[in-house]
Amino acid sequence: MNKKIREKIIEYILALCALITVLTTISILYVLISEAFIFFTEVSIIDFFTDTQWTPLFAEKHFGILPLLTGTLLTAAIAIAVAMPIGLTIAIYLNEYAHKNFKYVIKPLLEILAAVPTVVYGFFALTVVTPFLQQYFTGMAGFNSLSAGFVMGIMIIPYISSLSDDAITAVPSHIREGSLALGANRIQTAFRVVIPSAASGIIVSIMLAISRAIGETMIVAIAAGQQPRLTLNPLVPIETITTYIVQVSLGDVAHNSLEYRTIFAAGITLFAFTFLLNNLSFWFNKKFHRKYV
Amino acid sequence: MSNNFYQTKRLKDEVFKYFGLACTFFGLIMLVIFIFGIFKDGFSRISWDFIINYPSRNAEKAGIISALAGTLWVIVITSLVAIPIGIGAAIYLEEFARQSRIGKILEINISNLAGVPSIIYGLLGLEIFGRIMGMGGSILAGSCTLALLILPIIIVATREAVKAVPKSLREASFALGASKWQTIKTTVVPAAASSIITGVIIALSRAIGEAAPLIVVGALAYVPFVPTSATSDFTVLPIQIFNWVSRPQKAFLINASAGIIILLSITFLLNAVAVYLRIKNKIKY
Repeated sequence: MNKKIREKIIEYILALCALITVLTTISILYVLISEAFIFFTEVSIIDFFTDTQWTPLFAEKHFGILPLLTGTLLTAAIAIAVAMPIGLTIAIYLNEYAHKNFKYVIKPLLEILAAVPTVVYGFFALTVVTPFLQQYFTGMAGFNSLSAGFVMGIMIIPYISSLSDDAITAVPSHIREGSLALGANRIQTAFRVVIPSAASGIIVSIMLAISRAIGETMIVAIAAGQQPRLTLNPLVPIETITTYIVQVSLGDVAHNSLEYRTIFAAGITLFAFTFLLNNLSFWFNKKFHRKYV
Repeated sequence: MSNNFYQTKRLKDEVFKYFGLACTFFGLIMLVIFIFGIFKDGFSRISWDFIINYPSRNAEKAGIISALAGTLWVIVITSLVAIPIGIGAAIYLEEFARQSRIGKILEINISNLAGVPSIIYGLLGLEIFGRIMGMGGSILAGSCTLALLILPIIIVATREAVKAVPKSLREASFALGASKWQTIKTTVVPAAASSIITGVIIALSRAIGEAAPLIVVGALAYVPFVPTSATSDFTVLPIQIFNWVSRPQKAFLINASAGIIILLSITFLLNAVAVYLRIKNKIKY
């Protein structure tokens, strides 16, 4: 075969591989939008966002996403409250205090936290963290968002520490040295000079961690319960969007029924949140990334 | 007073140093405590019978053979689908479409896909592979779903690897009369191979631990047989563990611990290999 034609064919095959990623995006949008569209012809979109009950599987049906949404955001908020201070402190410590070699050893170790399968973390939350916390919080239920969120926080520590570390490493040393020369010590330099300089990267890392937390499934499915409830109380069982999708998938819901379509309506809500967060972070990174000479 | 001021300042600095050290090890220590607990509960449960038995209503007789077989099936097919497509897409982006408009669009699209929650991939697989393509809740449908899920990881890792191959190697190949594809095949990919393998291993280890998208696609919680074809119903190890965790009896929690020991061994082994390859291949051109 002509060499030139062969080269072209190979290029097209490779392009086809790349095209599959575009097809994936289109399929995701198609599946979510088409099923959610049918759902919203039967359920008013106003009820969906304002009704405070979510009971599609009961005799008396309510389709208010708010309880699932607050459950999702509550667990994510707890996770971020754990992961942000720890992850950020790690990033500062590794850059401003620790020995350089220490960083190369510890970073792959921290990545292990993100590599552990999430069912394992769920088991941890249910069988270790909840019984432990129950000693201190009387009335804490066996399923609750506090344990699930706490364990999820441990899981996302490396997401925040790693990306924040990259941002802090990118701050040039002459800025640090300027601060030290003025008599500031390392902690002052870190909080008043380095962090503000790396702020855009740090904010991006937190946004991506939030996005990861609200999409997390198995930890909350195991440890946070299956009771959609409009509450900010972290001690009672709740249900997240992801858990609801798992719950329906494990049950016996007929395809093409309204109950079946609820998982796509819930799914598109989740997708909208993560999509917004991810793209906001890309945009933010591009717009506010400080360039140093 | 001024002396006191400097002392407090230095003290704060020292305190923060130890606080930083504590934070660094906090997550890892939690993980160690937890794994220790799991070994204490589950290690004695691991036996040859536990490996080769089918799941059972009787916790003491239950085993993981159908889940292990399912995981093996899923990983093999996921690899067959995701590895060639992922590497092909990455080569296209890096070698053919680097500066182009299409390349930019593909890149943004891939970063977006990397941020899509795994359960959304489950919904995609349920409708596209399961219903429209008629695969149902089979191994094939589950594997294709996981393949799409890990595709962004493989593509990003391969692009980094290919990008790190120096221009001089490519130019030497061109100078010898090789075409673009010949250069990619015989020079670029071999030079990038070990970094690509590292990325692929990390991606597969992620796929082995996934339960949520497979549950949505229709993997079963109770499978009393070993799948014999790709169109068969199936379960995987993480789903088996999830199933045992969801039961109220204490005996099943012990089974879950034993299952977790096996799952974690596989994940840690894969990650250790990846880290080893990464350290070993820090060759600078």
